[in-house]
Amino acid sequence: MIRVVLPAHLRNLARLDGDAQLDVEGVVTQRSVLDALEATYPMLRGTIRDHVTKRRRDFLRFYACREDLSHDAPDTPLPDAVAQGREPFMIVGAIAGG
Amino acid sequence: MSSVRVLVGTRKGAFILTSDGKRDDWNVDGPHFGGWEIYHLKGSPVDPNRLYASQSSGWFGQTVLRSDNGGKTWEPVGNAFIYDGVPGTHQWYDGTPHPWEFKRVWHFEPSLTDPDTVYAGVEDAAIFRTVDGGQTWQELSGLRQHGSGPYWAPGAGGMGLHTILLNPSNHNQIYIAISSAGVFRSDDAGQTWRPTNRGLQSSFLPKPDSEVGHCVHRIAMHPSRPNVLFMQKHWDVMRSDDSGESWREISGNLPSDFGFPIAVNSNEPDTVYVVPIKSDSEHYPPEGKLRVYRSRTGGDEWEALTCGLPQEDCYVNILREAMAVDDLDSCGVYFGTTGGQVYASADGGDTWNAIMRDLPAVLSVEVQTLP
Repeated sequence: MIRVVLPAHLRNLARLDGDAQLDVEGVVTQRSVLDALEATYPMLRGTIRDHVTKRRRDFLRFYACREDLSHDAPDTPLPDAVAQGREPFMIVGAIAGG
Repeated sequence: MSSVRVLVGTRKGAFILTSDGKRDDWNVDGPHFGGWEIYHLKGSPVDPNRLYASQSSGWFGQTVLRSDNGGKTWEPVGNAFIYDGVPGTHQWYDGTPHPWEFKRVWHFEPSLTDPDTVYAGVEDAAIFRTVDGGQTWQELSGLRQHGSGPYWAPGAGGMGLHTILLNPSNHNQIYIAISSAGVFRSDDAGQTWRPTNRGLQSSFLPKPDSEVGHCVHRIAMHPSRPNVLFMQKHWDVMRSDDSGESWREISGNLPSDFGFPIAVNSNEPDTVYVVPIKSDSEHYPPEGKLRVYRSRTGGDEWEALTCGLPQEDCYVNILREAMAVDDLDSCGVYFGTTGGQVYASADGGDTWNAIMRDLPAVLSVEVQTLP
């Protein structure tokens, strides 16, 4: 089971009390995790990555195992600790004013 | 007895204010969607408990919320606003071509006949429509693909399609307005469009009477007289008596003809309201006095309405979506400020009260008159 940590606003939108828990088929990558997340919580489509290009939104970051994976290719396998559910895949909002 | 529901969108959430027909005491519900920018909320005229809300944020982009019970609960619906075909380019600030990029929904206009049909005005300027209650959105791309599209350009606030007026007497006729392209009209239910800006003069354009390029801030109509339109432009208050075919200036004795919103009294089609703002760079009332101006003659002659409004040291702005009227007799008039106040008048503007203070900056105000 993959764990995904979401920013508070997206947890509220998805009506989640805590982390998202996902079954991911095949290789665990940013793309496969986000595909599974959006399939389970369709209201999150477009809020993390663009509907068409699938590019990460500018003010979000992807972290795992104390590493910034935001600029990794979407099909790069995520760390084993994420794939095995020991560490979460974290979607983090940038620090910004307003 | 009738009641009134005021839908307020702010920089950090939405608020729903309700009162009975006296409009003396107000119940406040909110914030809904705390932390999100709510550019606009609007209810269906067919089913007033059907509400649509435009929720956006710099982090998470655009989402759309729908309520089927007057705002008690909300459900996310579709948020994919994907331009039809190859989007092409419009003009950027420096005059270079810039790809069309969806940013947010500025305005929802629910159909006059079907609660599942809604028009959405978006930035970068385009009009979308849903016919399934917001689950899916399709662009009416005849507008953006008008031959002038590559020459449209954003104003400082972005290139938003902010006004959608549906003609209640002719369901094929739709008016829209874009900052800063101008007014366009469709006579075939949104399939094809043409600019209707003759008579507008904009000194920031190399050709001040250009067919397109005008920074129209808002247009308004009375439903009983849909061929008459009123406009608050970047500068100038304008009127058309021929469905937008031509416009004439009606600024008359206003202390400034710059401003954002414009509204028409629900009982008197020739009674019009504007809120003059000092200038395009000084977005606050002239002399620090918050004054609504009312014309009872369809323009040209304006009177200041000040009773209950701050008349010193007031430096707020009133944005284009932030003024609305109810359908009661006498007509209620409502507006919100960037300082977070919502002012209401239950007597057509003669006297005003702040029914909310200290909200986040108000982006939009809509009013529903409920049976």
